[in-house]
Amino acid sequence: MPDATATLGGIGHSVKRKEDPRFLRGRGNYIDDIKLPGMVYMDIVRSPYAHARIKSIDASAALAIPGVAAVVTGKDLEAAGLAWMPTLMSDTQMVLPTDHVVYQSQEVAVVVAATRYAAADGAAAVEVEYEPLEPVVDPFKALEPDAPLVRPDKDKKSNHIWHWEAGDREATERAVAAADVVVAEDIYIPRIHVASIETCGCVANFDRVSGKLTVWMTTQAPHAIRTVFSLVSKIPESKIRVISPDIGGGFGGKVPVYPGYVCAVVAALTTGLPVKWIEDRSENLQADSFARDYHIRAELASDKSGKMQALRIKTLADHGAADAAANPSKFPAGLFSICTGSYDMPQAFVEVDGVYTNKPPGGVAYRCSFRVTEAVHTIERMVDSLALKLNMDPVELRQKNFIQPDQFPYRSCLGWEYDSGNYPAALQKALDKIGYADLRREQAEKRARGELMGIGISTFTEIVGAGPSNTFDILGIKMFDSAEIRVHPTGSAIVRIGVQTQGQGHETTFAQIVAEELGLPVENIEVEHGDTDTAPYGLGTYASRSTPTAGAATAMAARKIRDKAARLAAHLLECSVDDLEWKDYQFQVKGAPERARTMADLAFAAYTNHPQGMEAGLEAVCYYDPPNLTFPFGAYIAVVDIDRGTGEVHVRRFVAIDDCGTVINPMVVEGQIHGGLAMGLAPALYEQIWYDADGNMHGGTLMDYLVPTAMETPSWETDRTVTPSPHHPLGAKGVGESATVGAPPAIVNAVVDALSHLGITHVDIPMTPPRIWRILQEKGVAL
Amino acid sequence: MIPASFRYAAPQSVGEAVDLLAAHADAKVLAGGHSLLPLMKLRLAMPPVLVDINRIPGLDYIREDPQIEQLRVGALARHIDFERSQLIQDRYPLLWDAARGIGDPLVRNRGTLAGAVAHADPAADWPAALLAANASVVATSPRGERIIPLSEFFRAILTTALTPDELVTELRIPFPEPRSGGAYEKLERKVGDYAVIGVGVQLSLNAAGTIAKAGIGLCNAGSTSIRATEAAAYLVGKPPATDYINEAAQLAMQASDPIEDDRGPVDYKRAMVRELTRRALRRALARAEGGRP
Amino acid sequence: MSAPVEKMTVSLTVNGQSHTVEVEPRLLLVHLLREDLNLTGTHIGCDTSNCGACTVLLDGIQVKSCTLLGVQADGASIETVEGLEQNAQLHPLQEGFWQEHGLQCGFCTPGMLMTAKALLAENPSPTEAEIRRGISGNLCRCTGYVNIVKAIQYGAAKLRGEAGVSTQEAARA
Repeated sequence: MPDATATLGGIGHSVKRKEDPRFLRGRGNYIDDIKLPGMVYMDIVRSPYAHARIKSIDASAALAIPGVAAVVTGKDLEAAGLAWMPTLMSDTQMVLPTDHVVYQSQEVAVVVAATRYAAADGAAAVEVEYEPLEPVVDPFKALEPDAPLVRPDKDKKSNHIWHWEAGDREATERAVAAADVVVAEDIYIPRIHVASIETCGCVANFDRVSGKLTVWMTTQAPHAIRTVFSLVSKIPESKIRVISPDIGGGFGGKVPVYPGYVCAVVAALTTGLPVKWIEDRSENLQADSFARDYHIRAELASDKSGKMQALRIKTLADHGAADAAANPSKFPAGLFSICTGSYDMPQAFVEVDGVYTNKPPGGVAYRCSFRVTEAVHTIERMVDSLALKLNMDPVELRQKNFIQPDQFPYRSCLGWEYDSGNYPAALQKALDKIGYADLRREQAEKRARGELMGIGISTFTEIVGAGPSNTFDILGIKMFDSAEIRVHPTGSAIVRIGVQTQGQGHETTFAQIVAEELGLPVENIEVEHGDTDTAPYGLGTYASRSTPTAGAATAMAARKIRDKAARLAAHLLECSVDDLEWKDYQFQVKGAPERARTMADLAFAAYTNHPQGMEAGLEAVCYYDPPNLTFPFGAYIAVVDIDRGTGEVHVRRFVAIDDCGTVINPMVVEGQIHGGLAMGLAPALYEQIWYDADGNMHGGTLMDYLVPTAMETPSWETDRTVTPSPHHPLGAKGVGESATVGAPPAIVNAVVDALSHLGITHVDIPMTPPRIWRILQEKGVAL
Repeated sequence: MIPASFRYAAPQSVGEAVDLLAAHADAKVLAGGHSLLPLMKLRLAMPPVLVDINRIPGLDYIREDPQIEQLRVGALARHIDFERSQLIQDRYPLLWDAARGIGDPLVRNRGTLAGAVAHADPAADWPAALLAANASVVATSPRGERIIPLSEFFRAILTTALTPDELVTELRIPFPEPRSGGAYEKLERKVGDYAVIGVGVQLSLNAAGTIAKAGIGLCNAGSTSIRATEAAAYLVGKPPATDYINEAAQLAMQASDPIEDDRGPVDYKRAMVRELTRRALRRALARAEGGRP
Repeated sequence: MSAPVEKMTVSLTVNGQSHTVEVEPRLLLVHLLREDLNLTGTHIGCDTSNCGACTVLLDGIQVKSCTLLGVQADGASIETVEGLEQNAQLHPLQEGFWQEHGLQCGFCTPGMLMTAKALLAENPSPTEAEIRRGISGNLCRCTGYVNIVKAIQYGAAKLRGEAGVSTQEAARA
């Protein structure tokens, strides 16, 4: 019997990606590839000041440049009620300012011109006169009573945005006070930027005859954008079409609505011409949504044997000039309360305060799973800090405190119900793969010779798949997701989903789900998404939610089809549905397997031979409301060597064991891990955005924002365990961000481990050579 | 991303090129273009005229001239040409090291040694390496040719001894002495970045085994590329032992005057001058003694 | 700067086809390819010549087309990603990237392919370290580079006349 499963390409197979043929040939369709007849170009004039009053804007020189058609300012937008727009966290943000700017590189005016080059000339020629104001840069100082206001437009005359907390404050205080051992650390996770290789942009086209607005846009959530555009512009959603074509990397940076998009739409509406806006890399780094910027004070308490008793965290969240993070609405600090991690933590209390500063708005745009990167960084650092205090091997301390496999589903003291996990198995696999005992021996030898080598562990639990409708919404829209499947008479199918790939391989993996569920070969299943005119409503792809939500929707829609197909099979086989079983990808009569029909047979029958009273066709749609989030997890181990002469940290080895439940395409999952690890290494050692006292940004071009090359990146060693999710139809969990979450603390723990004999208990990221060198120098071990 | 407008000329000879430079005071020379074009794309430089010398034939040579006992490098010799040259790897390892660390492979395919020297960015590797190698510049103008020792060439940041109508047409590096070695050490934040600090060393040993001649050049350690003359002079007559290496490195550090920026604070950079000088000296000495580290 | 600059004529061969275009001197080569010749496979990822997404071959040499003027390509022979496939056959490197999952979003891929092509032309049997060094001017945010290295190794093997064996074969069974 030939093995049908490889040709089927169902779940578990490393099917070659169906989307690759066009990318390999340079025939992707990214925003900047789109050309429409009569298209004009938009460029943006940006503020050099972090905080300033606009005294005047003189567009005359710009308008005199041949090809420049228009210059639009905040005053123009104000007349149309569009100078401000809502953010995804129900704050407001300027589209273009009417009187003052609140961050360096803020959009101040836009220029529309016949060519890209004329638009650039126009933008350079707009003269803006500013009166600089004192910027608010330090988020702690921003909360002082005499601090300048970043947002004088808000009713609450303060730079404090919100306070959020979770857990039992008093019980945690008591537990900390009563504990034998308490360790405390101040942890700053600096601002970083996702810097996908494609920047943001759109082509907006308003057809004056049909009244339809079409926007091709770098967006990870086209439907949500359509709804927001409709609410803001009052154009009905039936007259708005948002299309995400191919997107060159998203990672969260293509979720927010940037002023450039809105200005391009306004320009399209007013000119009746297609308007293209593509930002330069510098604009992207300097003005688009950042991630992290959390100032954390954490305490972990245990008894003297190392059994954890309590976790207490206080965080100041620097949100820039608006809370434009794309969090679910009830979670201004995202899913930070996953911070009790993989441990059986009796008590915890966590509080976060969001604050305005004169920096670009944002918060969760760097593969962070809604602040899970920050949460995991904190707990994994604190665990190692505790291990140091107790003089205990960090492996032993983790094993002592892990939530055990028989404790799942596990309700954390901060309210999450972890669906499944096996932390000891993952850790053991990592230890075996890296040869932990040998490494400790090597470290001891090297330490005796004065060489600095460290081993760092991170055992993380992720939380993805937002989310259940009773808790999760964005701007009130519940966070279900969707799939619509239609099977054609000759046995091929089209699947449309509400999520949006930006490189995760959905055209392949979602086809694989359907292949598995319906027994149709994967190459005969076409997956479409990103066009709001045709795709069912979904909340898009970010925070690793696609497989948990739309993947489930796809399976459930396929099962609806299978239910109808069963009835067709019963009709064809002249038996009852109860006589049939779905086996070997076909309906077989129980006990008489030679009497069978494949899905291809049944698809044909659905159009040619369906029973009286049954509707023709073979299709289904499912809007899936997940009953819970899913909790992927992993065990990572990093080995580092520190150069005592230069302070450079060299990552010698990195082992990553990941568990995302059922694996749809092992090759794709592994690729997600590789990429995520690189985006964990980068903030740990290289990337940082910071502001000087005048609000000037550092790290605003790729010259200084250090995205690692293939030379900085080690050869990742990966493997997996498989602990399915009990509530997901496929047993699958998300995985796209696990590595970005788990990797940085492994690397920090390794560096601290290399230096712990010198009395170091914590190092902030990025662990740049000057930072490490200063530690070496202070401890007298620099060469 | 888009440069301002300019007029463009692609002369076919050195004479034509320098005539154009003489005729247009604010013209800039386009050679490799990987320093100039990025500045123009950010509109930090807006030259009204660009003189593209890439079409001038016969300028891409790297050859030894036994008549003058110098290595002669034409204006269009690119970084990659040094990386690929067996002659350079064997006899001018300082230059080989320096070339291999510049930018990334794509940059090295276009960037020129002469361009890097003429641009005079203290953050560039070539000037520091060539200062250690005791190089000289051949500058051509409509008035003829002159030779400028590199030690007199860098006046200030991005400013050289060239007159506006002069084109760097050749660099000359003395033949290696017997029992000589050189090395270039570059600390960078990541591949493709400019040096945090770079140190070039060229030295030779005499028959007694002590150091006969030495040259040390510092990259990104001041407002111009620095020739650490005191450190180099100190080494003459000294045995190649650790204490002397350390003292020379200390002197090189004292010759440096780096600024605090995104690549590091002042004390770190100064310490790196010392550390990289030690490393460059050790490797240069090993090469001089016949090893190939 | 106020008087418009005269356009210049550029004649160049791209993927074997001759073209003649009238361009401003300041037109970047990448824009000439993408806009004037409609070859949008070459991408733009930055504005400081750091990312390599725009890599093409100019007379066989891998270069950043964003850091070259179109006028500099007059008389040159350019190869872009669109020219890799010949007679409906994917180039071994394209095959390698497909087999080894060397791309995710695809945006850096054309630049990677062109750099790899030039790398292998000069060094048909590169070590992993040589491959990593060879692509150190091409940034990728999606793949973490491991599979790109494998893709190039696959392509190199095929170009040497060996059978292409994917490291993913076991998981394809």
